[in-house]
Amino acid sequence: MEYILIIIGAIFVNNIVLAQFLGICPFLGVSGKVKTAVGMGGAVLFVMTLATIVTWLIYTYILSKFGIEYMRTIAFILVIASLVQMVEIILKKISPSLYQALGVFLPLITTNCAILGVAILVIDKDFNLTYSVVYAVGTALGFLLALVIFAGLREHIEKLPIPKAMQGIPAALVMAGILALAFMGFSGLV
Amino acid sequence: MNNLKNFTKGFFRENPVFILLLGLCPTLGVTTSAINGLAMGLATTFVLIGSNVVIALIKGLIPDKVRIPSFIVVIASFVTIIDLVMSAYVPALYESLGLFIPLIVVNCIVLGRAEAFASKNTVFSSLIDGLGMGLGFAFALTLLGGLREILGSIAIFNWKIFEGIARLINPATDYTQPDGILVFVLAPGAFFGLAYLIVLMKKISK
Repeated sequence: MEYILIIIGAIFVNNIVLAQFLGICPFLGVSGKVKTAVGMGGAVLFVMTLATIVTWLIYTYILSKFGIEYMRTIAFILVIASLVQMVEIILKKISPSLYQALGVFLPLITTNCAILGVAILVIDKDFNLTYSVVYAVGTALGFLLALVIFAGLREHIEKLPIPKAMQGIPAALVMAGILALAFMGFSGLV
Repeated sequence: MNNLKNFTKGFFRENPVFILLLGLCPTLGVTTSAINGLAMGLATTFVLIGSNVVIALIKGLIPDKVRIPSFIVVIASFVTIIDLVMSAYVPALYESLGLFIPLIVVNCIVLGRAEAFASKNTVFSSLIDGLGMGLGFAFALTLLGGLREILGSIAIFNWKIFEGIARLINPATDYTQPDGILVFVLAPGAFFGLAYLIVLMKKISK
């Protein structure tokens, strides 16, 4: 039950993009088509879960054991960068079809602040490993949901007669604002 | 002359937020008030200057293949410095900026300037570039923060406008001002505010 609450909270109430403003770059960058949005969301789900597990283990068993917690930022970003690289190489060997689907998005993920953000958040919130994993999965699903809804909306908005100054990013931002407004309806749910 | 150009380009012509659309996560996340925006902008400026100078100094030593990881380590060191300094000396501000301070590390502006400018230019012009870009970023954040604060809580830099004016006229007044348009302090207001500021900036810089 507790885990379900965490997942619902992470997807709807504290949506990573629309309420916490993490991962805005891919949110605006790869939301042109629903198909690419699903690919990006899948890649984020995969890497976020893996990165949270690895950084949690490193923080608990190396950084805090030796009392060097202040190395957190440096250690985490290096771990995430090399992890992404490793996942890319392994995926290419083991499952070429999955690599085809996610491959293009993997290098972009290193600079996705949602990954580092969640890794730091679960440390700040003192979650244990299971909680952290559930939280990471929920957050990634929230990212996927927001990205897919947003991409679907953008496919439609392209055909509309928008004033020239508002075309492109400004119109997309206004739409994201309305979406955030809609997601505020979920607040108080958990 | 050239240095002056490097310095001023960050404000309008190549403003990282309004024109290049970089670093949008902190831009949207921390700008609930002008003071938060300014603080975040200055923290990022510190990291930008530090990383630009160091990278310009050591650019000859780094092999081309591992330059991105090396840049990230340099940037992360400066982020750790500002993180520790802010938590020690301005704890209240550090609390309200929260997660976004360590996340300067993945701010695309910092790595972008390291790769596009500092790794190709002299130390001094990298310093100027970092300063200009950083202050341009701070300018954008303060502007958005100020806009949201005025609309959302009718205040600027924590100074309540209506109450302040009422107190100027009659110092003994017990007038309390009404709430602002609350939505501008909440998440959706960040998106709306940024959208219209981008439109405005596009018009001005043309």
